[in-house]
Amino acid sequence: MARELMKGNEAVAEAAVRAGLAAYFGYPITPQTESLEYLSRRMPELGRAFVQAESEVAAINMVYGAACTGQRVMTSSSGPGISLMQEGLSFIAGTELPMVLIDVQRGGPGLGNIAPSQADYNQIVKGGGHGDYHPIVLAPASVQESVDLTVLAFDLAEKYRSIVAVLSDGSIGQMMEPCELPPMQPLKTSFPDWAVSGAKGRERRFLTSINLNPAMQEEMNLRLMYRWQEVEANEVRYKEYYMDDAKFAVVGFGSTGRVALSAVRAARAEGIPVGLIRPITVSPFPSKVLEELSKQVEGMLVLEMNAGQMLEDVLIATHGQVPVEFYGRMGGVCVLPEEALREIKRLVKGPLTTTGHPRDRWLNRIAKKN
Amino acid sequence: MTINELDSMVYTRPDSLTDVSTHYCPGCTHGTAHRLIAEVIDEMGLKDRTIGVASVGCSVFAYNYFDTDFVQAPHGRAPAMATGVKRVYPDRMVFTYQGDGDLASIGMAEIVHAAARGENITVFFLNNTNYGMTGGQMAPTTLPGQVTTSSPNGRDVETQGYPIRTAEMLAKLDGASYVVRRSLHDPKNIRLAKKAIRTAIEVQMRGLGFSLVELLSICPTNWGKTPAEALQWLEEKMVAYYPIGDYKVHPAVAEIK
Repeated sequence: MARELMKGNEAVAEAAVRAGLAAYFGYPITPQTESLEYLSRRMPELGRAFVQAESEVAAINMVYGAACTGQRVMTSSSGPGISLMQEGLSFIAGTELPMVLIDVQRGGPGLGNIAPSQADYNQIVKGGGHGDYHPIVLAPASVQESVDLTVLAFDLAEKYRSIVAVLSDGSIGQMMEPCELPPMQPLKTSFPDWAVSGAKGRERRFLTSINLNPAMQEEMNLRLMYRWQEVEANEVRYKEYYMDDAKFAVVGFGSTGRVALSAVRAARAEGIPVGLIRPITVSPFPSKVLEELSKQVEGMLVLEMNAGQMLEDVLIATHGQVPVEFYGRMGGVCVLPEEALREIKRLVKGPLTTTGHPRDRWLNRIAKKN
Repeated sequence: MTINELDSMVYTRPDSLTDVSTHYCPGCTHGTAHRLIAEVIDEMGLKDRTIGVASVGCSVFAYNYFDTDFVQAPHGRAPAMATGVKRVYPDRMVFTYQGDGDLASIGMAEIVHAAARGENITVFFLNNTNYGMTGGQMAPTTLPGQVTTSSPNGRDVETQGYPIRTAEMLAKLDGASYVVRRSLHDPKNIRLAKKAIRTAIEVQMRGLGFSLVELLSICPTNWGKTPAEALQWLEEKMVAYYPIGDYKVHPAVAEIK
């Protein structure tokens, strides 16, 4: 199939349509709005459901209702809107419903700005709503990957009756790149045995997240956790670059992972034995991969557009076996390839340590305290 | 069962209600409202095409009592959830069942915009002037001077604001097709309430848009009254503030009555 030049947000929207999206509910917020606009044209043209909701609170609850039918449903938003959706996301997790959430991250906290950021990592990955649940979180680094992961998101959501978030950012959402779109899938016509549709020729069904019996609620909690173990065992995805002979490893996800690759290539050109690990699933996190890696390399560098949120998962995975350094930009500022290369060289030069916290060293460094 | 026994059976449980005891307090009008809705669903033959949306509050467990498909919404979000269900299944009967704390306080945005969109759903709105499930706190509908657990000296409108007349407010929206208030305090009004419930569902099944029936209800437990006293209080105090009436009947709806 031919490649087309598409804006990230529009490519994701069309990918969802082709993955069999039956209903979309959303609310305008920069830098995500083009998905909403695109689908406001595309969905009615195909006779599918589209509603511009009165708020993100309403949008996620429209998704909740539509998800109860077992159809493929999606919403998209950015930081402030994602915060408003946390109530609905917790209920959807508590009702064990599949849905796809696109988070095109922007600078925060608060209203922040509309520039790219990765500071929603904790909120999305750790499950920003109340209660114990884990969404599956996929982190694209290009328009093509956004397309591919959006399609995958629908399949995983159904397979595990789970929320699947595509954790993008303003740079990927707004950039135009050539991409190959997937073939058009028809809308689903058969639905799982939990979906509501009107009790025609069968017992009635109901879907709820309430269970006043704590012991039974705990059973539900356990079911979610066992299912999550299955996800952890089967769905970890990551990409590695130049790792075979690497003595140092950079870890970065999404667009920062892509920037890091440029820096790693530049470092290799200078003969520095460094590679890159780019988690595709930041949840489930490729912890075992990093644990193994911690035995191979002399030091790791974590790069993020936040204050070291994924860093914590790297530290847990490597549990002090290898020195880890951190470099981040915040507030909508991107890590540039030159900065990443400079940080790689700093890592290689040392000194390296496993004591103290990489975030403190980074903060002290940029405050010129050492 | 003999012929004679059949002859004497004049009152049975509607098919659309499950055969269980409810958790509602003795004398509560939720039971009446449930029954009226279930009777209409039976009469219109919609039992296997209905998807209900329960809310948060005393009616959170409505899905246990209606023998139809059901989903249960976060607090106040039933109209949004119903929108999601209805947009996927436009030919099903989708209704929400919400109390006054749920609909007129935390869920005010969702109900206003569902009505403004002319969302083709039916809303049953139980107004009993307080938050029943949490033990009788002040609601947006609590009457001026009414004592609740969070307005212990009586609702002071100077500091706690005025009650919201929901039906009148929603009736102002062009998207609303049928918005009425009825009461459940005596047999005559209960019959009128059932008629309005029937009309509201007819509106939806004919694709005529948003319909809402506000039902004045009692909460004897939290009001600290016997059921009989509570019904009397409803008739004297609530009806005076919340007049029974048709607040919006779109001309296309008037034709089907």
